[in-house]
Amino acid sequence: MKYCCGEQQDTQSSRSEFEPLTDIIARFKEEPGSLIPVLQKAQELYGFLPIPLLNHIATELKIKKAHVFGVATFYAQFRLEPVGKFLVLLCQGTACHVNGSDRIEAALTEELKINIGETTPDTFFTLDSAACLGCCSLAPVMMINGQAYGPLTPDGARKTIREIRQKEEGKEGEPR
Amino acid sequence: MIIRVGLGSCGIAAGGNEIYNYLHKNIHDKQWSIDIEPTGCIGMCYLEPLIDVVLDHGVIYTYGNLNPEKALDIVEHHLLNQNPLQDYLVACSNEANQGLEGQVRVALQRCGIINPESIDDYIYSQGYLALEQVLSLTPEQVIVEIKNSGLSGRGGAGFPTWFKWEATREEKIPVKYVICNADEGDPGAFMDRSLLEGDPHTVLEGMTIAAYAIGAAEGIIYVRAEYPLAIKRLEIAIEQANNRGFLGTNILGSPFSFQIIIKQGAGAFVCGEETALIASLEGERGMPRLKPPFPSQKGYWGLPTNINNVETLANVPWIIRHGGESFAAMGTDKSKGTKVFALAGKIKRGGLIEVPMGISLRDIIYDIGGGIKEDKQFKAVQLGGPSGGCIPAALLDTVVDYESIKKTGAIMGSGGMIIMDESTCMVDIARYFLHFTQDESCGKCVPCRIGTKRMLEILENICAGKGTPGDLDRLETLAAGIKSSSLCGLGQSAPNPVLTTLKYFRPEYEAHLEDKKCPAHQCKALLTYFIDPKRCKGCTLCVKKCPAQCISGQVKEVHVIDQEKCIKCGNCLEVCPTKFNAVVVD
Ligand SMILES: Cc1cc2nc3c(=O)[nH]c(=O)nc-3n(C[C@H](O)[C@H](O)[C@H](O)COP(=O)(O)O)c2cc1C
Ligand code: FES
Repeated sequence: MKYCCGEQQDTQSSRSEFEPLTDIIARFKEEPGSLIPVLQKAQELYGFLPIPLLNHIATELKIKKAHVFGVATFYAQFRLEPVGKFLVLLCQGTACHVNGSDRIEAALTEELKINIGETTPDTFFTLDSAACLGCCSLAPVMMINGQAYGPLTPDGARKTIREIRQKEEGKEGEPR
Repeated sequence: MIIRVGLGSCGIAAGGNEIYNYLHKNIHDKQWSIDIEPTGCIGMCYLEPLIDVVLDHGVIYTYGNLNPEKALDIVEHHLLNQNPLQDYLVACSNEANQGLEGQVRVALQRCGIINPESIDDYIYSQGYLALEQVLSLTPEQVIVEIKNSGLSGRGGAGFPTWFKWEATREEKIPVKYVICNADEGDPGAFMDRSLLEGDPHTVLEGMTIAAYAIGAAEGIIYVRAEYPLAIKRLEIAIEQANNRGFLGTNILGSPFSFQIIIKQGAGAFVCGEETALIASLEGERGMPRLKPPFPSQKGYWGLPTNINNVETLANVPWIIRHGGESFAAMGTDKSKGTKVFALAGKIKRGGLIEVPMGISLRDIIYDIGGGIKEDKQFKAVQLGGPSGGCIPAALLDTVVDYESIKKTGAIMGSGGMIIMDESTCMVDIARYFLHFTQDESCGKCVPCRIGTKRMLEILENICAGKGTPGDLDRLETLAAGIKSSSLCGLGQSAPNPVLTTLKYFRPEYEAHLEDKKCPAHQCKALLTYFIDPKRCKGCTLCVKKCPAQCISGQVKEVHVIDQEKCIKCGNCLEVCPTKFNAVVVD
């Protein structure tokens, strides 16, 4: 197993690292059952939930670390790994499936050279799936950082990714 | 003149925001005296982005399939010479609305018409009148009205709403809760989202009436975090309602007080199940528990709790205003009122519709939905998502009511309706849904956790051409066991997609098993691609496009696919020009 709840000890340094979370924890501390909103806010702040962060939340809310870890891994929304700059959500809802989302998946995994749930080594792209993005009439659909693309063809999906990458690489190449 | 831009999630995805911003800027820069407002989804998602031009004398012109320039063109035409631009005109309120014929709008009455971020729009369209009316009735009278309406839960199970309200009311403990279930988990359904995005106040009003009837002072809306726009509009609506005295302490000067808060779900299908939803609200993993005790007895923090679906609650204000009998006058003997469906898949006019109970599936698909895309052959309609089933062409005259749909083996469900044509493989669909339920099973009970996994493995094997004799019997045995012994509705209904496809499309399973063929040409492993030598003109397009480099042939020579190396990606079929159509798949 990759993670172990006891892996990291709370230290002064991890305290200060989680300073931005103090207000949130203070707000929810007295409210029973607020672990999920705290995790949601923490993820909003940090982008993902590294183990030391989970341990910190457990200590502050006086909940068992194992419980926090259990909740964080139960729900699809919580990420224990960092996300790339562009989050590509491929819809695998029923309407998109019927309209050929597997072929889009094949094209995306081939283009990005990663599987669903993974991030490219250059950390530009994270590929993930979603169950219905709510624009079924555009099926098959993918969403990149909140922007929907559809109806997709395998080539169209590849092209979109390439365009984003080119733009990004252009930016990186620019003199500062 | 008012311009309304459809800014539901569907409209935004299709480019609605760009149109809104472009028009807004032009109106501002050119100082036209035009109001521009966002509105929710009218249901014609297949025509998004849409705008309405509302002229001063009240006539409404609806335009679809727009982009910013076209939209500006339309506005200028109306502004300068009061002329509609026929090219993009979808409907005019003087004419019968295309696509809205055959529909009856109760829950969706204001969706796509009012500005969902304006409480004045809501009040102007008779909003909060029902709440006012209710405050002069006793809670018992309210429950009787709901009983007379015959309203039953729209979240899937179809349980009589009045019964749940009364059961919660009768509990002796004074602290009670009302929860609105907006966790809409069926992949491919978006009724509740559109309602919340298009008319959030109606759900708040319904909840407040429920709270009054039950005796609750606190309400929670459990909404998926994946619905950011719905959450934003709910937040705005709650604040507005608080400011105007429709929520909060002493509502409209009465002794009745009620608060609503929003809690965001964190992405787990099982949390739509009411006991799992409660566990999630309490900060736990969303695992269901055995019922009884029902939430009405022991719910949120062990206190009596009434849970209703979004659409159920959206019907409530209408029922109070028009009387339970008017609602009961619609529908069939046992299923009253209307139902909202999200039409998607291989349908011409996909979108959101609301129809009276008792309408036939055929009328929905062909009259309202416009029939099958590209006029292909209809094959099946899937109702109820992962808990439901596929209804075949032979049963298209089945009417929409809880009993008739249940008889087919499917369920009414929450309103997802996916249309499938000849190119959809039913074995693959069964595999798709089992993959979903297997993935979403919370793991608490063995039949669901392990049973769905075993069923999925068998289905994956069949789709991969590795099925063995006896697989279909094994599927049926497993299905029976999972249905009868799972802890919650997720497991109890998970086998339905397999059972209905086995019942109506058995020959298709047999073709996969015995002939190792997929008649719908969907299951990759069972396909063979080859090039018809009579048709191939040697254009080399497929040679260039083949990722496995398994197509041989020079320019103007007949190409050949090496079957050993072919990975069945289908690229050759896709690139072969239609004038040749030389790539054949079997
Ligand atoms: C696995 C599973 C998922 C469910 N998902 C939902 C859902 O997304 N929305 C919903 O309103 N009800 C859902 N339900 C039904 C709820 O448990 C509950 O019956 C419903 O919210 C009650 O409201 P109603 O009586 O107004 O329909 C689900 C049930 C099960 C078993
Ligand atoms: S199924 Fe993909 S957007 Fe709905």
